[in-house]
Amino acid sequence: MLLLTEQVLNGLQFGVMLFLLAAGLTLVLGIMNLINLAHGSLYMIGAFVAATVARWTGSFMLGLLAALPATALVGMAVEIVALRALYRREHLDQVLATFGLILFFNELAAMVWGPRALFLDGPSWLAGAVEIIPGVPYPAFRLAVLGVGLAVAAFLYWLVGHTRLGMLIRAGASNREMVAALGVNIRALYTLVFGLGALLAGLAGVMAGPIYAVEVGMGEPVLILAIVVIVIGGIGSIRGALVGAVLVGLVDTLGRAYLPSLLGLFMGPANASGVGGSLASMSIYILMAAILVWRPRGLFPAHG
Amino acid sequence: MKIRIFSLAAAAALLAAPALADGPVKIGMITTLSGGGSALGIAIRDGFKLAIDQEGGKLGGVPVELIVEDDGRKPGKAKEIADKMLARDKVRIMTGIVWSNLAIAVVPKVTREGVLYISPNAGPSLLAGKGCNANYFNVAWQNDNLHEAMGQYMADKGYKNVYILAPNYPAGKDALKGFKRFFTGGIAGEVYTKLGQKDYAAEIAGLRDAKPDAVFFFLPGGMGISFLKQYAQAGLTAKIPVFGPAFSFDQTILAAVGKAALGVINTSQWNKDIDNPANKAFVAGFKKAYGRLPSLYASQGYDAARLIGGALKAAGGAGASTEALRKALESAPFQSVRGKFRFGPNHHPVQDIYVRQVVDEGGVLTNKIIATAFTDHADAYAGDCKM
Repeated sequence: MLLLTEQVLNGLQFGVMLFLLAAGLTLVLGIMNLINLAHGSLYMIGAFVAATVARWTGSFMLGLLAALPATALVGMAVEIVALRALYRREHLDQVLATFGLILFFNELAAMVWGPRALFLDGPSWLAGAVEIIPGVPYPAFRLAVLGVGLAVAAFLYWLVGHTRLGMLIRAGASNREMVAALGVNIRALYTLVFGLGALLAGLAGVMAGPIYAVEVGMGEPVLILAIVVIVIGGIGSIRGALVGAVLVGLVDTLGRAYLPSLLGLFMGPANASGVGGSLASMSIYILMAAILVWRPRGLFPAHG
Repeated sequence: MKIRIFSLAAAAALLAAPALADGPVKIGMITTLSGGGSALGIAIRDGFKLAIDQEGGKLGGVPVELIVEDDGRKPGKAKEIADKMLARDKVRIMTGIVWSNLAIAVVPKVTREGVLYISPNAGPSLLAGKGCNANYFNVAWQNDNLHEAMGQYMADKGYKNVYILAPNYPAGKDALKGFKRFFTGGIAGEVYTKLGQKDYAAEIAGLRDAKPDAVFFFLPGGMGISFLKQYAQAGLTAKIPVFGPAFSFDQTILAAVGKAALGVINTSQWNKDIDNPANKAFVAGFKKAYGRLPSLYASQGYDAARLIGGALKAAGGAGASTEALRKALESAPFQSVRGKFRFGPNHHPVQDIYVRQVVDEGGVLTNKIIATAFTDHADAYAGDCKM
């Protein structure tokens, strides 16, 4: 029972980590109708900048503070230089162009930082483990990720739903021309939204750095999961991204934890761990397919 | 991405060389230089190039031309490059591939075409056993070897209940099979994770619950970095010791793992403190040329180049026939940085495998040899090889 509670907590935490990445992706896709595969590259840049600054200064927090504006600026520069021309193009063109950006950023990172993985550790006051479940020490940094993710969710909910900027963003998503005709600088607004999306990707990268390997190409495997999350949650919906991320986190974690032993009831242990492992890695895609059959536009579609 | 190394000496040698050689010996290197896992290919290339540079553009006194291309870790691309190197560049010797799935895609074809292939890393069981070929040599190890050594070491140390973990792909399965071939204690759990997985919270929770007395894991590249960081954050490093092959404790990786790796015991066929003149020249030369400590992979690239050099010299230079070169290669006419080294009947190494420990050397994490796991260890597949 203790183990199950711990695994549920692991699933929640992994889900919130995915939410950090998916939030920016869904914001850009839902509001600007732009598929940005290079979101994973911004995640990588966030982690790399934080690792570099943390090595110079010895402080994770300074790394975090440097990485957020850095990724936002890189994101806005990319939007102005490369992506602005793509808003009116088809999604396939956007996929090709942003895939090209992935290759560009991976090579750039290898040239600037070298091909070897970097070191990034969390702040020392989050180094230990906390016994939130008696007898089960849980890493403090993972709890911090959980907290940051939930804070970001609350912030975005407030920003999009309850501020003037959020109102403009929503209006721009519904009818770009009309908002522009009313005298709003929609180009600047989009650049700003893209910068916010990039900042969120950078934040996700920094929070992932102490837990995962900080290396060239680190963004792509998580990007795939983030896309699954926003498809499940409903494209453009922050609430959907949060619910989708937690669902994916739970299904993936519990699948990895329990499928092999469940299958062990029916077959030999060697087969069970092989088949169970394979099934567990498929589980989130099966979840996605099932949800799409039931709700083809995802759980919380943003536009009716 | 192409680098050609020509030397002035090559032009001079042209005049002196016998009929067959109308230029330097062409060596084709296909390796991973971009994307995930590129640190490994770059280390192999740098080690190989160092051996050529130390001889001023020659290997074994014979001028060579090294053609390097990037496979991006994709089997299809590696095949394409191999075809081009065979048809257009007419290379006589090939080397460089890091990954077993790429080696399986490329090696059978090029060896059939009469090109000698010297593997500096990948050693899939297929190419050591049923699929062996007279033109294929592996200068590193057969894939199972380092895991077998750890199985033996942990059995000797009296571990009774070990939790084992590897990615769910052929080399991962071979790894755990190799480990279990020599480990005589009990298995607390056997887990296959997704290839490229980042988050190991579920596995670590399950592992703690199984209460093993040790953990053996094979998670190459970034997977191992993620696992070790998370293992340390879960507070398990001091409670349940981890063991693994050298790949997760290599010089390219230690800096990224940090102190979570300190003290961990791992198995390797090489280390920078092995005391012989060849290794000293290699370690000092590598540090001087590239400004960093050499990795295991760099040592394998360096040995591959020096094996080729030794064979070229023994066979009589650039004009030697492939037959003569192969005969020369079989006798391993070079001083390996590992010390003693010879080839078994299937052209795979018979060598010592060491037990190392990660230590802090003046602020830099590196490895120190603490024991020898196997002396003159050969692989389990030689019997299946009919050449």
